[in-house]
Amino acid sequence: MTTPTTPPRWLPFATVTGALFLTILPLPFWAEPYRPQWLALTLIFWCLTQPQRVGVFWGFGAGLITDVIQGALLGQNALTLSLVAFLSVELSRRIMAFPAWQQAVSIWLILLLERLIHLWLMGATGYPTPSLVYWLPTLTSALLWPWLAALLRVLCLRTSPG
Amino acid sequence: MIADSRHQHLDFLRATLATSLYPLHYLAALPSRLARAIDGRLATEGELRERNRALQDENLRLRARMQTFQSLETENRRLRTLLGSSFQVGKRVLIAELLEVELDPFRQQVMVDKGLRDGVYKGQPVLDANAVMGQVIRTNPLSSTVLLITDPAHSLPVQVNRSGLRAIADGTGLINRLRISHLPEDADIRVGDLLVTSGLGGVFPRGYPVARVIAAGFEPHRSQFATVLAEPTARLDRSHEVLLVWTESTPPPAEPETPNIAATSAQAASRSGVGDDDRE
Repeated sequence: MTTPTTPPRWLPFATVTGALFLTILPLPFWAEPYRPQWLALTLIFWCLTQPQRVGVFWGFGAGLITDVIQGALLGQNALTLSLVAFLSVELSRRIMAFPAWQQAVSIWLILLLERLIHLWLMGATGYPTPSLVYWLPTLTSALLWPWLAALLRVLCLRTSPG
Repeated sequence: MIADSRHQHLDFLRATLATSLYPLHYLAALPSRLARAIDGRLATEGELRERNRALQDENLRLRARMQTFQSLETENRRLRTLLGSSFQVGKRVLIAELLEVELDPFRQQVMVDKGLRDGVYKGQPVLDANAVMGQVIRTNPLSSTVLLITDPAHSLPVQVNRSGLRAIADGTGLINRLRISHLPEDADIRVGDLLVTSGLGGVFPRGYPVARVIAAGFEPHRSQFATVLAEPTARLDRSHEVLLVWTESTPPPAEPETPNIAATSAQAASRSGVGDDDRE
């Protein structure tokens, strides 16, 4: 599962930017609740495969940029994504040893935790509790994980020198 | 972290980041913009003729109404000067286009493609063709963020058009609901009443339509106030273009024979007088 070669430094930047783009891309109305958490997924992938290079600071930075780009409270996504990055770096050895479906389940748990903290933050800032649709993105993200991971792994192999 | 963002310290950071991220917003909005452009190119001649005719009809009707408006406006101005009333609202508007990007899905915000460069300022009222939409909360050089009136963090002073009753309309977080809070059970408000801005908050100009009351009731076991819900008349989720309004409250022309202090006190008196009238 681990990528033997080290990808070039620009690749994480490029994929995170791509994920940000997908996060704010307008979708048709019916598809809106199913939008996967692109940024969290990409971040998790890099934390799992490159734990010594991508970590909590990446989560914080990417979260801060999301806050600005979405007009959320400054620090809201930064906090949750830092947590996601921390958990995936800590658990990277264990998760990378799992088969694909088990990986998807553990990532689903991490994403659920991310949503839960988001919910607390929303409650603390006086926003009404959303309906159960709020949890749907975690499911689509978990289902998407094997394909996204495979895609990113191919990108790593193609772009790595030698 | 969160407490910090309630204050103004981080505004600079946010503005800098937002400016450098503008290309990303622009790119994300591009597909839907292109789709609309292509849609416009593909319209057939018949459709265009049809639309042209409808627009001409509407133009004629609006112009006819405009004629009466002009005489009314001059009359109104004359009466106001007779009353010694203080302010006059000069209005300049700018049409802005929505940038179709997904912002925080649980907040009622939209982004428009006009910013500091076009003179947009924080707190500026935003309207669509029908009614009040919201106000500008953040400005960048090229774009700005608008908080809609239905956001839970937004409240807006309104007035019932029929009875003159004043109230506050709070956002609920649902795109088609406003809640009118703290009205007593015998308040003169009915289903179907039009709510207009009262101009009391100093942000919105007076007299623009806001919402229509869709439910008014009293549930003694739940709260001691009436429960009143209203539906915004602006098409909050469907507009492509919005109007940014400049409200310039011009100071009253000082009368030559009275000294300045007397003028201001007279003005204050007349203002409070007007307020009393409103209350009745």
